[in-house]
Amino acid sequence: MSNILAILVSAILSDNYVLAKFLGICPFLGVSKKLDSAVGMSVAVTFVMLIATAATWPIQMYLLNPNGLDYLQTIVFILVIASLVQLVETFLKKFIPPLHKALGIYLPLITTNCAVLGVAILNVEEYPDNFLAALVNSLGAGMGFLLAMVIFAGIRSKVERANVPDFLKGLPVTLVSAAITSLAFMGFQGMGG
Amino acid sequence: MKEIIIAVVLVGGIGLAAGIVLALAGHFFAVKTDETVKKLREALPGANCGGCGYSGCDGYAQAVKEGASCSLCGPGGAETAEKLAEIMGVKAEKCEKRAAVVMCRGTSEVTHTRFQYEGINSCRAAASLAGGSGSCSYGCLGYGDCVRVCDSGGIRVVDKVARVDTSLCIACGKCVSACPRRLISLLPVNAAVPMCMSCDSGADTRKACKNGCIGCMKCVKICPESAVKVENFHAVIDHDKCVRCGLCAEACPLGVIYIRGART
Repeated sequence: MSNILAILVSAILSDNYVLAKFLGICPFLGVSKKLDSAVGMSVAVTFVMLIATAATWPIQMYLLNPNGLDYLQTIVFILVIASLVQLVETFLKKFIPPLHKALGIYLPLITTNCAVLGVAILNVEEYPDNFLAALVNSLGAGMGFLLAMVIFAGIRSKVERANVPDFLKGLPVTLVSAAITSLAFMGFQGMGG
Repeated sequence: MKEIIIAVVLVGGIGLAAGIVLALAGHFFAVKTDETVKKLREALPGANCGGCGYSGCDGYAQAVKEGASCSLCGPGGAETAEKLAEIMGVKAEKCEKRAAVVMCRGTSEVTHTRFQYEGINSCRAAASLAGGSGSCSYGCLGYGDCVRVCDSGGIRVVDKVARVDTSLCIACGKCVSACPRRLISLLPVNAAVPMCMSCDSGADTRKACKNGCIGCMKCVKICPESAVKVENFHAVIDHDKCVRCGLCAEACPLGVIYIRGART
């Protein structure tokens, strides 16, 4: 149990997928302008990370590994994740329209999100014999993503109002603040093991 | 050879399975999208400016289906209104091309400054400091808050007063809410417009700006449709009553009222 908790905490803080592993930088910079869209995107990412792990882990363990086809990992995972996201979208549209409206454009965007693929691949590498640990890790990764997005959306709304020198306006100052946020998260290194 | 076959079969199989699942899902979970809404959406220009008051073109298409007016789309104008009305099977309402207009002519030539303003380069900030640095506390500040919100490039500040280019304006209404002095309105491109909003008395207005409305009532007296009134010391035109005869513009001693399109 404590092991599971340690995995969760380390996935959120010390091994934060955005700020420590530098995966999913594109939505991190692209969708963090407003707090509500940042939260919407993060919830969608968390959800997709969970179901992606739930689908890819068994495929890797029971289909690819026994047949010696590890080298097909990337392409199979992309295939599975893309169709899974599509399936989820059709499903939500039919049965939970409000949620579909809230996640809206973010769902298709996630199809090509490297953080989702990264979580799926790292999970089968790190936890080849523990499905539960893999699931907890992907939940933690999603929550870490949410944390990073919310923090950064807050920072950006402050930066927006600040008097930034002309040559730093826009993306440069965003990248600088992303780097400093990432530095802050380095303080968690060593926590959780 | 065997490995190749296994790999092909496995990836092909996963792809096929995913395809079948998606096809089944698409079939069973299909949500009927309303054909009318789809057609309405296609008839709209897709500027997503929000000028109609709905959340973008999708929202407006849905609203039209549910009975909203067909003539709310600024960028589309009369043409789009007709198309929408045709799809809905109703007659198009009277709809004229509208464009924003800045109701002020207080250029630096006819006004003077009361003090040197060196604060933030924004109308909102300038207006909150002792009523602005200009002599008229109702006129255009000229720091371009409207220019910054405009997506179509239809508004510019010329000689301390914002000016709208009616051919570029898409009537989205963003500048209307950006102006801290509420000087901008969306009006038909051939409307008669009083170009002053000063609520000072005639004498005070005259001191502040040579182009200001002094409320002399000449336009009120000459209007055959009684569409013109003087409220708070400046002329106000009721555009539903106005027939655009131009008599008020001729009668105005200061040239405050003008017929749009007649001159720029």
